[in-house]
Amino acid sequence: MNATSPAPAAVELVRVRKEFGSAVGVADVSLKIGQGEFLTLLGPSGCGKSTLLGMIAGFLTPTAGKIVVDGVDITDVEPYRRDIGMVFQSYALFPHMNVFDNIAFGLRMRKLPKADIAVEVRRAIAMMKLEGFEERRVSQLSGGQRQRVALARAIVIRPKVLLLDEPLSALDKNLRAQMQVELSELHRKTGLTTIFVTHDQGEALSLSDRIVVMNRGEVQQVAAPVELYRTPANGFVASFIGEINALPVARYERAGAEAALVLPGAGRLSAAAPAHWDFTHGVEVRAFLRPEHVRPARPGEQGPNILRGVVAAHIYQGSHTITRVEMEGLGLIETRVTGADIVGTHPVGAPIALVFDLGEAVLLAAR
Amino acid sequence: MTRLRSFGFWSLVVAILTYMTLPTLVVLMTSVNPTEILAFPPEGVSFAWYEKALTYPDFQSAFKNGLIVTSLASTAALIVGSAFAWLVYRYSFRGRGVLEAVLWSPLIIPHFTLGFGFLLLGGAFKLQQGYAMIVLAHMVLVMPFVTRAVYVSLAAIDPDLARAAANLGASPFHVLTRIELPLVLPGMAGGWLIAAVLSLTEFTASLYVTGSRTQTLPVAMYNYIREYADPTVSAVSAMLIITTTLIMFIADRAFGLRRVLAIDTH
Ligand SMILES: Nc1ncnc2c1ncn2[C@@H]1O[C@H](COP(=O)(O)OP(=O)(O)OP(=O)(O)O)[C@@H](O)[C@H]1O
Ligand SMILES: [Mg+2]
Repeated sequence: MNATSPAPAAVELVRVRKEFGSAVGVADVSLKIGQGEFLTLLGPSGCGKSTLLGMIAGFLTPTAGKIVVDGVDITDVEPYRRDIGMVFQSYALFPHMNVFDNIAFGLRMRKLPKADIAVEVRRAIAMMKLEGFEERRVSQLSGGQRQRVALARAIVIRPKVLLLDEPLSALDKNLRAQMQVELSELHRKTGLTTIFVTHDQGEALSLSDRIVVMNRGEVQQVAAPVELYRTPANGFVASFIGEINALPVARYERAGAEAALVLPGAGRLSAAAPAHWDFTHGVEVRAFLRPEHVRPARPGEQGPNILRGVVAAHIYQGSHTITRVEMEGLGLIETRVTGADIVGTHPVGAPIALVFDLGEAVLLAAR
Repeated sequence: MTRLRSFGFWSLVVAILTYMTLPTLVVLMTSVNPTEILAFPPEGVSFAWYEKALTYPDFQSAFKNGLIVTSLASTAALIVGSAFAWLVYRYSFRGRGVLEAVLWSPLIIPHFTLGFGFLLLGGAFKLQQGYAMIVLAHMVLVMPFVTRAVYVSLAAIDPDLARAAANLGASPFHVLTRIELPLVLPGMAGGWLIAAVLSLTEFTASLYVTGSRTQTLPVAMYNYIREYADPTVSAVSAMLIITTTLIMFIADRAFGLRRVLAIDTH
């Protein structure tokens, strides 16, 4: 509220841990989530996303660690005293109540005067475009409408934090895209601190201020979408976010401003070294390169970083084509080109030369 | 092929139905026999035995006794059984398995044994042949069914509903009263009805624990048939069946009994 003081974190997790018997669901996660931030927990199934949300909401008690919301330690506060809104994957709408009563439930529990409840519920209904559905039973709603009721029910209580556990996963593709837009709009309008869970990286990249990538209960990286895509912190993040070619382990050579990778039996790639490539000369590194940074060479093109292979497959995707090229010593390398011309110019089985833009590669020290 | 198969299927269905309903049909048919013997097939159609059944004082008082016992026993079983089902559903605690086994035991232990046991107990506590003992016996007998009906409908509730309610500010008490109770009410009503029907028609245990003043309808019928062999008991049976069928039909309409008994998945 006070512009001069640094904004306190809306949510702070301090070494939060959850064990189920001998299994570790969430391993010592520490995070600070800013006021009004849209933060996404992203990771494969079973990586502990729901467990982490469950602890923030209070359905699960952490084995160790501390959860602070708006400066107050709520680790031991009952879920119904937390003022944290949540949308469940299954929506969990109350089947014996109509839309209005579902949305009004939280306000009734807070013992608001009837007139105020009506006003607030109507506002939420308008915001979620649910006018005319007030009297409907939950069973008479479509998937998208249920989703909106669940959102309205969670925001109407003006929670300190809004938790969304894979709220879009039950929707079909078109509806998902539409609800993504509505979610962003909702976030913009309400300014609610939001923690969103998904295992869909596209969803995460398009919606989030920051993304927390998790694997096996551990945080792999916390970063803004662009940063995450451009500079993944490790191999897991690199291959989990977007498509990426993993090059075999190579020797890193440094000569002044120029860096080079000596690939095993497949030649050499070089580039002006970006500032953060601070590897010592001669160490082994792993390199990752996105398909859009590998392109077919123009006819007669000469120069460094051109390697040869044979077209193995084309995957036509409408606006672009992903072409898989079998390259000696490198395995299958994907290149991404606009349009579908490549299908005609380089049919499957034809030789092809690829230009590697090494300067865009992600280099990680080989373990 | 499919026609043959469907013919085979329906023959089987008819055979099973016949087998299951034949004894009942025989009894029902004898109830309209105009002569004084329990003959099959009947020699005509008459409703004289129905009139006798309705006016026979022993049956009248037995029916009244039955209603008293049934309503008390089923209601008590509903309260205790629901509470138990809720405990098992909500919490895991030590001794839960033992409690569960004890609760299901009336399904395994013969009614005869239970009735005899209650008779001995009644003697010890000077309660023999009183309503209290009969109600207690019936309550134990119907408890597994009530508990099961309530438990099934509790288990069918999405556990996220309780979490969602808590998340919206509902205390455990409000989760119970605003979410779980309304959702389980059809199950409770269904459980109560099953209990009522079972209790109303229970014979074996009742034979031990009732006395001439407190006998229930099945016991009165048994005593009647030991002295007279006319179709009055058939008429009573017929009326009992019709009444139960009607109650079940109404209950199905009102509470979706089929869903409660998990006969239907939807
Ligand atoms: N109640 C529980 N008892 C035992 N293990 C559990 C329990 N809940 C979760 N786990 C385990 O903890 C890990 C994290 O589970 P969690 O549900 O948080 O995963 P998730 O990231 O939400 O996955 P998904 O994307 O499939 O929903 C999993 O390995 C899971 O098997
Ligand atoms: Mg999950």
